[in-house]
Amino acid sequence: MQFNLELALSDLKTRDTRGAAVARLKEKLNCRWNKTACKSMRLVICDDYNKLSEWAAKYVRNRILKSQPGPDNYFVLGLPTGSSPLGMYKKLVEFCNRGELSFKYVKTFNMDEYVRLDRDHPESYHSFMWENFFKHIDIDPQNAHILDGNAEDLVAECDSYEEKITEAGGIDLFIGGIGSDGHIAFNEPGSSLVSRTRVKTLAKETILANARFFDDDMSKVPKMALTVGVATVMDAKEVLILISGVKKAHALRQAIEEGVNHMCTVSAFQQHPHTTFVVDEDATMELRVRTVKYFQGLMDVHNKLVEDVEDLQDPTAPPSAKKRKSTDDSNSVYNS
Amino acid sequence: MRRRHDSQPKLYQFRKCRLLRDGKIIRDDLWIRDGKIIDPRKIFWEEQVKADVQIDCNNLIICPGFIDLQINGGFGVDFSSDIDSLEDGLLTVAKGLLQFGVTSFCPTIVTSSQESYNKILKKIKRTPGGLSGAEILGVHLEGPFINPNMKGAHKEHLIQEIRGKGIQEMEDFYGSLNNVSIITLAPELAEKICKQSNSHSAANEEIAEKAAASGATFITHLFNAMLPFHHRDPGIVGLLTSYDIPKLMFYGLIADGIHTHPTATRIAHRSHPCGLVLVTDAMAALGLPPGLHKLGPMQVEIDHGKATLKGTNTLAGRLDV
Repeated sequence: MQFNLELALSDLKTRDTRGAAVARLKEKLNCRWNKTACKSMRLVICDDYNKLSEWAAKYVRNRILKSQPGPDNYFVLGLPTGSSPLGMYKKLVEFCNRGELSFKYVKTFNMDEYVRLDRDHPESYHSFMWENFFKHIDIDPQNAHILDGNAEDLVAECDSYEEKITEAGGIDLFIGGIGSDGHIAFNEPGSSLVSRTRVKTLAKETILANARFFDDDMSKVPKMALTVGVATVMDAKEVLILISGVKKAHALRQAIEEGVNHMCTVSAFQQHPHTTFVVDEDATMELRVRTVKYFQGLMDVHNKLVEDVEDLQDPTAPPSAKKRKSTDDSNSVYNS
Repeated sequence: MRRRHDSQPKLYQFRKCRLLRDGKIIRDDLWIRDGKIIDPRKIFWEEQVKADVQIDCNNLIICPGFIDLQINGGFGVDFSSDIDSLEDGLLTVAKGLLQFGVTSFCPTIVTSSQESYNKILKKIKRTPGGLSGAEILGVHLEGPFINPNMKGAHKEHLIQEIRGKGIQEMEDFYGSLNNVSIITLAPELAEKICKQSNSHSAANEEIAEKAAASGATFITHLFNAMLPFHHRDPGIVGLLTSYDIPKLMFYGLIADGIHTHPTATRIAHRSHPCGLVLVTDAMAALGLPPGLHKLGPMQVEIDHGKATLKGTNTLAGRLDV
């Protein structure tokens, strides 16, 4: 597969009749698309957390840029909070500051928020997103969505959130982190794998773990949260999951080496047609050597996904190469 | 979704600036509407609008205006000697100070003759600030009731003794005190003293504490023109950590590295941070090129950012703000 692609690319570079070459490449890729799109779970292993963050940020940047968002074509992002995505947000802000990336035509939907916690409380996910991302980028405030944990009718809030996602055309790329028990968003072990956005009572463990953020006072820790369901994330066209550190190593093993299991909700994404796990070396501690070697062997291929996307800025590039579909396909071809 | 009404005042976002928050300089944006600082989170989550005007501050500091309690003049104007044109001089300085971020100041009069005080105090009025200039908070009278041994750059023959008649004596001497905010005097010259500031003094700590008990609230340019700190008699400097005073003192500090060594500045700040008041003690040469300039009845020589009395090494105030 890789061989074919390289051939095709060299074709593209050397020939004068670039348009024709691109058209042929597109044709080839289109053939592949149907076969490959539904069988790809990627595992990208980066040296450390910084590299992981950079990889993820570049990937997100390229996805947004390649979709060429505009007033009639918003790119829809699903976003997580927590320590895993922090570095990625920082990088994305850098891209935005350097003018490489704009969020003007990007809509975002966050995964979750605590119930009855003041919006501006330093531990609220509103605060997290504001401090670490939204206040630094050029997103239109109307396009940044977070579940309102202080809504009077929480069920209605959840239902309308699902509707808003549907209205936006579904989520193009959902980014997530996981807990050490393999939970994605607040879908803790035991959550249904077909769950949708809903009110969730937090597990005792989670409340205990959170106490450190609330003056070690259990009474101050929120006991409930609003969260998107596993199925809400599964509906996304593409999913990117960031996993860093030894603490998450066991969860990563469960997620990709064992079967789909609702006691490790992130394992559901083995069956997602287009999921990429981006992890650092530490997170692979519990994986089999075979698994690690296999995916490390693919890193050259994976790294092409995060190369700078100069082609898009090239005004001489044929229109067909600029279309979203074709670039989409050139990605998926790496998956097989 | 709410949209901004056209009638609403513009929303300004000062981007990438440094701000003073909780005693620290941080990097953040500052949002302003209708002359008020507003919480951008409310704008983002509730009003869901973007700023009408974005200003890239390129890492500059935005902070509250500087209040200078001790400034002798600037831009060629000396408050103590340019008496005839004092009104114009005040306007020049008030306007000129804005460029340095000074929004209020106390014009400071060095030791002068009684006749001069009577004329000067009639001419300086408390004046609100604005685009035309910084606010005048009131006069700072530095002298003439100071200790001749600690005279610094003050003229010795104009120094007066205190006869111990309290505030009445001050009023009799200066004329009206209506527009006076601060009087700097040496507490050892009087037992009973009015609300004032300590300096140009050889007071020991006991006298200094007595001054505080009698209403002194401020130490003028700490370390300068006073006895140096001594561990058996800390003197006026001792007021920074004294328990025997009714309330904590404020102290002016000329933190230019010349009038006060950086280490001494840190010692003062660390022992009593919330009492620290930065002052410039700037003089007529502020904003002027090197050369000979007037400070009261004296000639002052400006060279390499340092102001000294002509022909001596005695420091005579600040050149910058």
